[in-house]
Amino acid sequence: MVHTFTALGVSVAVDVNSGAVHVLDRTAYDLLEALNRENANPGRLAENCPADLAAQLPQYSAEALEEAWQDLRALQEEGLLFVEDDYIDPAAAVAMQREAPIKALCLHVSHDCNLRCKYCFASTGDFGTGHRMTMDFETAKRAIDFVIERSGKRRNIEVDFFGGEPLMAMDTVKKTVEYARSIEKEHGKCFRFTITTNGVLLNDENIEYINREMSNAVLSIDGRKEVNDRMRPTINGKGSYDVIVPKFQKLIAGRGDKDYYLRGTFARDNLDFAADVMHMASLGAKNISVEPVVGGPEDPYALREEDVPAILAEYEKLAEELRKHPEVNFFHFNVDLAQGPCVIKRLRGCGAGCEYVAITPEGDIYPCHQFVGNEEYKLGNLYEGTFNMEISKAFSNLNIYTREDCKNCWARFYCSGGCSASNLLVNGDIKKPHHVGCELERKRLECAIALRAIAAGMAD
Amino acid sequence: MKHVKTLNGATLKNSAAHGGCGECQTSCQSACKTSCTVANQKCENNK
Repeated sequence: MVHTFTALGVSVAVDVNSGAVHVLDRTAYDLLEALNRENANPGRLAENCPADLAAQLPQYSAEALEEAWQDLRALQEEGLLFVEDDYIDPAAAVAMQREAPIKALCLHVSHDCNLRCKYCFASTGDFGTGHRMTMDFETAKRAIDFVIERSGKRRNIEVDFFGGEPLMAMDTVKKTVEYARSIEKEHGKCFRFTITTNGVLLNDENIEYINREMSNAVLSIDGRKEVNDRMRPTINGKGSYDVIVPKFQKLIAGRGDKDYYLRGTFARDNLDFAADVMHMASLGAKNISVEPVVGGPEDPYALREEDVPAILAEYEKLAEELRKHPEVNFFHFNVDLAQGPCVIKRLRGCGAGCEYVAITPEGDIYPCHQFVGNEEYKLGNLYEGTFNMEISKAFSNLNIYTREDCKNCWARFYCSGGCSASNLLVNGDIKKPHHVGCELERKRLECAIALRAIAAGMAD
Repeated sequence: MKHVKTLNGATLKNSAAHGGCGECQTSCQSACKTSCTVANQKCENNK
């Protein structure tokens, strides 16, 4: 399978199964596109450019088309075009995933929050439970013991302090880090801690702590003041922008070489989100992520099918802007073509429900943070010592070959099947990808690849 | 080649031989928390 596209004025061919990516001139691009349209699985290319294809492209000379055809043939000979996926054994990938140990926790240290974001999937912190609480250290300790026990031979263990707002449970955060560090060596583990915070409670002390202990800090803000304050008000209905921005800037200034992301959400109200990304860059952030909102059909802020053309155009506009700012790393345009994850990882995707679970203040275990509160998907409880393998298996069986809509998608090895929670919310089925999300993902990838080509000096 | 420049080789296919160690970051832990993109994770296989 070959996917051809033009973005930022660059004409590209992605050989989906091999991972090869080519930049083509107009002659080769139009010829390959015509061939692909006629037969997506052409087998071994003919020795010479077929006359029927040449007839479709009268704007080019026969010599130019023959020359381009020979280039395409050479790529095929080198295993860089129209490669089959017969080297992949989906059954082996499923088996591997089924045996996958749990190695990543989303630790909900606080089911309470000091903001009232309008699009919050956590129902502003309590996850729809009606009661707000923070996690005590005993539960967090059990969570660390649980992941050590369940992580098998995996060395790298990730714990993301999440909420609600995790800074409301800073005492638990500190004790958990201390506990995990005290036992990681004897168990042959390496803990990596991250925190996802709205910034309201940041102060000099916890900024210093986060910059010392957390390998990644995800800092939530939606961009421009008016956009942020509309969607991310305080409990009293005031905007949060003026409170959080100086704190985030201070944290970033002390981050050193550790990772961070200034991370926002865009919704129906700010489909012009490129301006929000650039605003975040103007605040001094080098690593930025702005994500489409998660919402059901009844939510007024949710993205709709009719919004897709405007969003795709906005991504291209953003890519054009970022072309002028190579120092800014936008999360979704950051695709490592050469040294990214292996094909097995790409088959499996996020690992929710098998490699990755979320744990609530009560010790309940869910497939990921987005499933918390959905009893049907509750995996177990730390205090009861339960873990429902049947539910976990439903997740471990997910891959790009078992998700019907992914099988023939050119982006399958880049997005790996999308978000199960989003699929459930929109389509009522963890296996059925959210169509709008897929369109956005494909466009982001096209922009990302075009930016890579430009950075490599391959754009004319 | 006059008409084609190769930006990236068959890295995906080549990765099948040594992949699957499982040490790389869980994609949703990095920044997104809402939408899954796997291709921007780093490979951590040191073997």
